[in-house]
Order: sequence, then C-alpha cells, then structure tokens
Amino acid sequence: MSRGLRDGGKAAMRAAMTAPDPDRLLAEIGELVARFAPPGAAIERTTELTSDLSIDSVAAMDLVMEIEDRYGIDVPVNEIADLVTVGDLVDLVARQLGARA
Amino acid sequence: MDIFDKYEALAGRRAQLLAAGADPFHLEIERLDGPTSAVIAGRPTILLGTNNYLGLTFDPACIEAGVRALRAEGTGTTGSRIANGTYGGHRALEAEIADFMGRRSAIVFTTGYQANLATIGALAGPKDVILVDSDWHASILDGCLLSSARVVRFRHNDPEDLDRRLERNPTPEGCRLIVAEGLYSMLGDVARLREITAVKRRHGAFLLLDEAHSLGVFGARGRGVAEALGVEAEVDFVVGTFSKSLGGIGGYAVSDHPRFDLLRVCARPYMFTASPGPATIATVRAALAQIRARPELRERIWANARALHAGLERLGLTLAAPPSPILSVRLPDERVAVLAWNRLLELGVYVNLAIPPGTPGGVSLLRCSVSAAHTPAQIETVLERFSRLATELATLAAPAAAE
Repeated sequence: MSRGLRDGGKAAMRAAMTAPDPDRLLAEIGELVARFAPPGAAIERTTELTSDLSIDSVAAMDLVMEIEDRYGIDVPVNEIADLVTVGDLVDLVARQLGARA
Repeated sequence: MDIFDKYEALAGRRAQLLAAGADPFHLEIERLDGPTSAVIAGRPTILLGTNNYLGLTFDPACIEAGVRALRAEGTGTTGSRIANGTYGGHRALEAEIADFMGRRSAIVFTTGYQANLATIGALAGPKDVILVDSDWHASILDGCLLSSARVVRFRHNDPEDLDRRLERNPTPEGCRLIVAEGLYSMLGDVARLREITAVKRRHGAFLLLDEAHSLGVFGARGRGVAEALGVEAEVDFVVGTFSKSLGGIGGYAVSDHPRFDLLRVCARPYMFTASPGPATIATVRAALAQIRARPELRERIWANARALHAGLERLGLTLAAPPSPILSVRLPDERVAVLAWNRLLELGVYVNLAIPPGTPGGVSLLRCSVSAAHTPAQIETVLERFSRLATELATLAAPAAAE
C-alpha cells in the first residue's frame, strides 16, 4: 500500500518549495485518510479518525507512516495519540513543512 | 461513569473471541508431559506455541541446579540489587553471559520486558532521538516512551527508510539510538543487519539489538543474528531474555561500552524491582552451559524448522517468512484464524493465535514455534493435523462469503 510513496526526499523538496496551502493539504491528506476509512465516508477537517472513521490506534500508526513518506517528515510516536481529527493531521503537516521552509 | 468504561470496545472484542471457542490468550495447560507435550482440555496436545526453542525446560541438569539453589539460598531474594544485596549467582551469571556473548559487561534483569524497558529507557534521554523499527515488541516501545527521547519509527526492516530518517533527524546536542530485533517474533523474519549497520556507521548512531528470539538459535556459537551475519562489532548493545531458549525467566543486556555499568544506577526498571531468585539464576546458568556444550541442539531445531516449513508449504499453506524457529501461517482474516486455531486445538496441536493489533500490517496468523525437543514423529503428527485443517479451511471460511 506504500508503493510509489517512498520517495520521501523528492516529495519533501517539492513540498518545501511551495508554501503549504491548507486547502490543498486537506485534499491530499484526505485522500490518504480515505484509504484507511470505510468506503464512501465523508472526510472533512472536523472528521474524527477514531469515532467517525473507525481508524484504530494501529491503523493510525500506518496512516501516519504514509503521511510521513508523502511529505518527508517524521511524526514522533508520542505525538500520534494526540491526533484526533483530520484537521489535526493537516495542521501537523503544515507546521512541519512551515518550520522547514 | 465506571473506571472500566474506556475499555468497552475491547471488552466486546474479547467476548466475541470467547464465544468462538477456547480463550486463545489464557489457555489453561492442565498438565505438562515434557517440553513439547501437555494435556489441554483433557486432550493430549503437542505444544507448538511455546518459545521453548532448545527444549531445556525439563533438562535434568537445569532442574538439578535449580533445586540445589533453592535449598541452599531459599525461595527469593526479597528485594532489589541496589537496596537488598547482590547474590553470588547474579554476579556469576553476569560474568557468564558477558563471556558467552563476547562482551565486556553484562547486566541481568528480572524479566526480558524489564531488560528493554531499563536499557532503552536509560540509554536515551530528552535530547536524543530513538529510531525504532515499526514492528516493535511492546517492551521496546515502552522503553522508548520511558526514555522521554524523540521517538521516530522507520519502516520495518527498511535500511533506506532508516537512512532517510537519520538524515532528517540530526541531534546537535544528543545521540541517535537505532533499535531493531534480530528475529522478529510475529512473522519470523530476520533483520537486514548488514545494511542496517552500514547505515548506522555512516550516521554515527548507536545500535541496540534485541535478540530475544535468536539467542541459542542463530550464529555459530548461538549468540544470535548479529553473530550469524558477522556484524557483532557494529552492535553497541544487545538485549535478550532467559525465558525462551534458556527456559527460565529474566533478561540481560550486554555491551563493550566502558561506561555501560552506569545503567545500574540510572535504569529504574533495574533499580526498583526485586532481583531474580536463586533458583531462576541457577537454572539459567545451567542452561547457558548446555547451549555451549551441545551445539547439536541448534542443529536439531533448524532441522525441525526446515521440515515443518517445507511440510506446511506442501499443504498449500502460506508461510510469512523463510524457515526459522518461528513459522507463521497466514490466514485470510481474523475470523478464519480464530476458527482454525480452535480446530487445531481440538486436533491436539497448540499454536499461537496472532491477530491485530498484535500483528504487523493487520495480518492474522497461526504462529508456530519449533523446538529442538520436537521429535520427528511429533513433526509428522503436526503435519497430519495441519493437513486435516487445510482441507477443512475452505469450509471454515465459507460462512463469511454468505454474510
């Protein structure tokens, strides 16, 4: 499921060169989240990963790994439990990309 | 609100599992008839779900050593090494483990879980970064969290991903500690240590390797996967357990680092727990002597592992990894795995049921562990029973299609 996403270096450069646009990030991350969510589930900023999408703690670990690969970032394990909504994921990625740019 | 309300979902899942048959996570073994056979639910059962790799739990020399220590030194130490005293046996076992592993020093812990908790938790601190293989054992993750270091996962057994993450995580004021396992306990796959140690060297990081499942099994002398792959010099810290191939309980960590002994005064899971009892120490020392004296135990476990792996593949079953003492059969989903596990138990074979969240990638497995003590006849019987299961699997899986 991770095929094609491993080129974290290039993705990171691409992401860093363009300032993180929140709407685009939401759309991109929403696509990744959808792979772990029930088919057809609505995915908005306020959608909760566990209660709305049944993404359990183990699936959340895998989802975060996909996001890390996509943007060439690292999310420390101790921060994963704090991610409640799709918006939290978007903010986290925006923060990390912003800090690097 | 009740304090257990938070476990509602877990309780539901557990009830579902219990409704399907026996309790896979608290199976009662009524009587042991040796290292590889027992009576379970009134039936003679072949044990293929222990970690008794060398079959030493009933070794006469180990039992005799334990009994002698029990009589000479009593039932327990009643306290910790730092507060209540170190016994001669503790020191002797530490010297013997260090010598066996070819290392400068060793520290013994009360359980294998605490060995990781103590070693990882104390080695890394707030300014350090731990890079940990994502197929971690719970004791590794807990050790990482205890350390208060920044904890970054790398993709399972993926040196390129480790390389990228080391690149992204410089530590100008701290160190980087890579944590991996020699033989991974769920799928039975072996760490790519040559590549991992090359990456480690390039980045100037430290490497801790958990050889819990590989001690006594891999390597010319039985030191583990690092020995087998010829990279021991690149491994800074090795953690292991006494509860598997050595047939006791407890754990150890070894290193050539000149300041390794400092862990004794900063690793809380070492300092604030009772030390291993005299009988435990004595049986482990005797078992270690057996590993040294009887290389044929390793030959036997590998012969059994290869025979079982080949036999299971001949039955059309899917194995998760090449032959090793851990042979995991992949099943299509959790429901089928639970049914198959119960059916095997009825047929008189005890294996481990491994289902999410305990498995990587959400797979469902029947995890078999091979012992040097399995006889060729037992391996044959196991294969006959798996053969019956394999023919029944289509039927077992059928109701799912109707749902």
